[in-house]
Amino acid sequence: MNKSDDSAATPPRRDIKALVNAGLKRRHAAERRFRWYGLTAISLGLAFVVLMFANIIGKGYPAFWQTYIELPITFDAAVIDPAGTRDPETLANADYAALIRASLRGLFPQVEGRRDLRALYGLISSNAPHRLRGEILADPALIGTTQVIQVLASAEVDTLVKGNINRALDESLRPISDQEIAWIDQLTADGRLTKRFNTILFSNGDSREPEQAGIRGALMGSFYTLLITFLLSFPIGVASAVYLEEFAPKNRWTDLIEVNINNLAAVPSIVFGLLGLAVFINFFGLPRSAPLVGGLVLSLMTLPVIIIAGRAALTSVPPSIREAALGMGASKLQMVSHHVLPLAMPGMLTGSIIGMARALGESAPLLMIGMVAFIVDVPRGFTDPATVLPVQIYLWADLPERAFVERTSAAIMVLLGFMILMNGLAIVLRKRFERRW
Amino acid sequence: MVTVWAVLQPGIILELVVAGLPPELRELPPDRLGLVLNDIKNLVSGNIVSGTPDPTILAAAEHYRNLQLTGHVCLWIVALLLATVGIVHSWRAISPKLRARNRVERVVTLLLIVSSTVAIFTTIGIVLSVLFESIRFFHKVPLTDFLLGLQWSPQTAIRADQIGSSGAFGMVPLFAGTLLISGIAMLVAVPIGLMSALYLSEYASPKFRATAKPLLEILAGIPTVVYGFFAALTVAPLIRDTGTALGLQVASESALAAGLVMGIMIIPFVSSLSDDVINAVPQSMRDGSYALGATKSETIKRVLLPAALPGIVGSILLAVSRAIGETMIVVMAAGLSANLTANPLQAVTTVTVQIVTLLTGDQEFDSAKTLAAFALGLMLFVVTLILNIIALRVVRKYREQYE
Amino acid sequence: MNTTTIETKTALDGAVNPDVREAPLSSAQITDYDHRQTVGRITADNPKMACREVNVYYSEKHALRQVSLDIGANEVIAFIGPSGCGKSTFLRCLNRMNDTIVSCRITGHIQLDQDNIYDKSIDVVQLRARVGMVFQKPNPFPKSIYENVAYGPRIHGMINGKAELDELVYASLERAGLIKEVEKRMDEPGTSLSGGQQQRLCIARAIAVNPEVILMDEPCSALDPIATAKIEELIDELRENYTIVIVTHSMQQAARVSQRTAYFHLGDLIEVGETDQIFTNPRHKLTEDYITGRFG
Repeated sequence: MNKSDDSAATPPRRDIKALVNAGLKRRHAAERRFRWYGLTAISLGLAFVVLMFANIIGKGYPAFWQTYIELPITFDAAVIDPAGTRDPETLANADYAALIRASLRGLFPQVEGRRDLRALYGLISSNAPHRLRGEILADPALIGTTQVIQVLASAEVDTLVKGNINRALDESLRPISDQEIAWIDQLTADGRLTKRFNTILFSNGDSREPEQAGIRGALMGSFYTLLITFLLSFPIGVASAVYLEEFAPKNRWTDLIEVNINNLAAVPSIVFGLLGLAVFINFFGLPRSAPLVGGLVLSLMTLPVIIIAGRAALTSVPPSIREAALGMGASKLQMVSHHVLPLAMPGMLTGSIIGMARALGESAPLLMIGMVAFIVDVPRGFTDPATVLPVQIYLWADLPERAFVERTSAAIMVLLGFMILMNGLAIVLRKRFERRW
Repeated sequence: MVTVWAVLQPGIILELVVAGLPPELRELPPDRLGLVLNDIKNLVSGNIVSGTPDPTILAAAEHYRNLQLTGHVCLWIVALLLATVGIVHSWRAISPKLRARNRVERVVTLLLIVSSTVAIFTTIGIVLSVLFESIRFFHKVPLTDFLLGLQWSPQTAIRADQIGSSGAFGMVPLFAGTLLISGIAMLVAVPIGLMSALYLSEYASPKFRATAKPLLEILAGIPTVVYGFFAALTVAPLIRDTGTALGLQVASESALAAGLVMGIMIIPFVSSLSDDVINAVPQSMRDGSYALGATKSETIKRVLLPAALPGIVGSILLAVSRAIGETMIVVMAAGLSANLTANPLQAVTTVTVQIVTLLTGDQEFDSAKTLAAFALGLMLFVVTLILNIIALRVVRKYREQYE
Repeated sequence: MNTTTIETKTALDGAVNPDVREAPLSSAQITDYDHRQTVGRITADNPKMACREVNVYYSEKHALRQVSLDIGANEVIAFIGPSGCGKSTFLRCLNRMNDTIVSCRITGHIQLDQDNIYDKSIDVVQLRARVGMVFQKPNPFPKSIYENVAYGPRIHGMINGKAELDELVYASLERAGLIKEVEKRMDEPGTSLSGGQQQRLCIARAIAVNPEVILMDEPCSALDPIATAKIEELIDELRENYTIVIVTHSMQQAARVSQRTAYFHLGDLIEVGETDQIFTNPRHKLTEDYITGRFG
């Protein structure tokens, strides 16, 4: 190769412009195409966000309203309190369902036959008698009077009223028969159907009947679990971060801890569930399904997050403050606890809140330690059997009834609401205390 | 101290009660024993027990109550003793010569050190608990059968006279299923995540970036159970209906649905990690390319991506490890049948799904079935750990290169 | 303040483009009252680039004020001045590298031969192919030495076939005086070279595109004296075929390599002239203070 021959290696000057220009059109097209790919990718990502929220809100928002049926109930003394003693025990054990049945028969006198009648009674939720009992126990003077009472409709009625059952389908393919639809239409025409805010969703525990199922149990379970998680992981996390960042010598041991923490943060959550099952339940004999164990497992999971956030917060405190404190004769611990820690605290809290929000959404490890049981009672303590909100969502998602799909979506909305709240709090905290050194 | 006591007491008492039970009761299988113990506990707290209480159980309940009482008394005595010792000790120690600050500091430092070892103990706990049960499993099922077996049907015979379910524990179909779903997820997440990161860091105006980036990261904050719900109730039926309309055979719990949704979940993971990596490439590299007359896309394709490649590979590995360990989406949207297939329209099952299925519901802790879950857990832990270590190392090396 | 302007108005007659020649330099148009007018002859006999009334703003900051200057063909012109004086900013205007900074705004005319480089019809890709640039810190791409040099010709589609590319790469390295050192290690990464070699690699990379002008932004500030000497030697050789604009911190370097020197001070072009004259007989007080080390 003749390397010194310049004329061969360097094309004549005027060629450059032409050469470059020749390719320009193609290159700019490639540029536009690439840019378009990027824009498409990001729009797709954002579209998924919108799609998911729209999908869940669209499915879930009707669950916040529930259909009630206005029934004229005659509190027949002969049924409730035949002896006339007004003894609370008698009142509590009376057959209130009979009152409802009587009322329904009064509204639909044409219905006859056991099967049809049973279908008719099925329009009302099985929880309705409890409501009547509550009324009577609160005010025994109602006995003998006739009151218009709004009783909870069954889930099928609710679903039909919300327009989620296709009337055009063949009768056998619908959860509700033509006859029932006719009754419901009549009730609607009479103005007896009302929609009210669904307080049951927030006041009840789980139930097999969709119209009676609520998330209070799961919410309380989540609350207890997160309380344990926070009480354990925050102090330990802060202490670890302080030690590793301020006190620990740089040696192989601390390197090991550091690598270990980073890896722990990436261990699949389900493995923590296995740990909880083997160690806390089988080895230490702690109760299954308890928020205590759930909290223990989640705090082990959250710990790396808090430690990493805590260390970042500590490193952002400038060394000049440390030097100033030490220069005043403070010991290392005094320097940390009086000066560094207060300055790093907002950052640590922010990290912890984000960690807690993640723990709130976590469900896989809790399946392992038995927090998936069907639990009607609202837990009252750390050792009561409980479930948490995401697991409740998982349980309901498996149920085929349309009313449960609606409730699952509503529960997701509540869960997301809490997570947005927590993340919002973290953002506010960060904005409020953010310092530029 | 008191907490430790409170936590340990029920367990110890239970053991003692069990030890005090007549031998014929002790011979019962664990679940029956649990029932009996429940009865005893109910008796103690004064609840009504189903049926007439057995005299032995009554005796045991009495025993339980006594032990509980003893426990409480002991607790008080120990607490009082400790307090006295503490008072005496501090009384004697308080003197002008006492270097209180130093002592307090030593104690606090010790506490800090103990806290920082919790993470280590967690890892040890994970390894030991999973390893221990796995070894027990491998006593029942040979390791080679587990690692190389092509059949997975964990239903072992409960009674000896049952036929049929012999129990096969070959994990190959599970790993194949996991890889299939993770692969689909990566096919979705890597291009979208990477292109989003490139667009946000190279093309987008600061204002657009400040809005779009947090919006995209919302995807990372959504709980996985929500994705699972979305996959099972929206995406899977959609795919099945589309497939049927096209004349394809689509399982209602297709790998495609789970994989797609998992991919959506991982998008922000890939994009924010890649974003960090791309921003770590020094501006001078871009300037050098622009100064030669390269367009933006040429600079990205020929300079930025090759420069950022190790970091991007690292973040993809982290994302893969995340996909392999993901549980809720697959539990809700993937199937249970262990098919060995590469067809994304068929149902497959994954390691995590099987762990959950094997361990939820009633279980005896000694059967090969439950132990198999721990063996699967061990495999999962090892695989993700290896991926993470490699990825973290690659990313760290990459960062150092540009520091 | 010394505001003697002797030759500026007449000097404009030598400008190449009627547009530029007619551009008035009346004080009415000079909005910035603080602007100090340039001492010395801003024109060149055979101008390659001509800049008139160039202003650069970073957001609110007025970084460069009313700079007018010709850059002669096949000359080496040095920009000197204290840090933050605008010399690098001006350099980056010459191949529109300032485009990449969002907050940056530029007014005025800059011509390359007959083309106004800020005109809409001028493609920045083409402009940068004609005006190459070498940076302060060597910035080889994370590719092999060969690929680093081949990058420019490849993206511009300047060559047909492997043989031609080989020839171009070797010739460019030869001209950058690097060929002997890298001949046997063409496949090693560019970053494996020493700092001085990397900088020469970057020069080879720039000349592989065969630009008309090469801009150098303090090319030796990160190098040791021996490497610096090599680069300076190279600059002198390259002058035969290229027009070179060099920004430098070192007055000695400017004296060694350039024919003309321009002194910038706080965003103003204070004085332009033959290098000998600037260093031996500066006409402006600020220039004199700077080269005698009163500040800087």
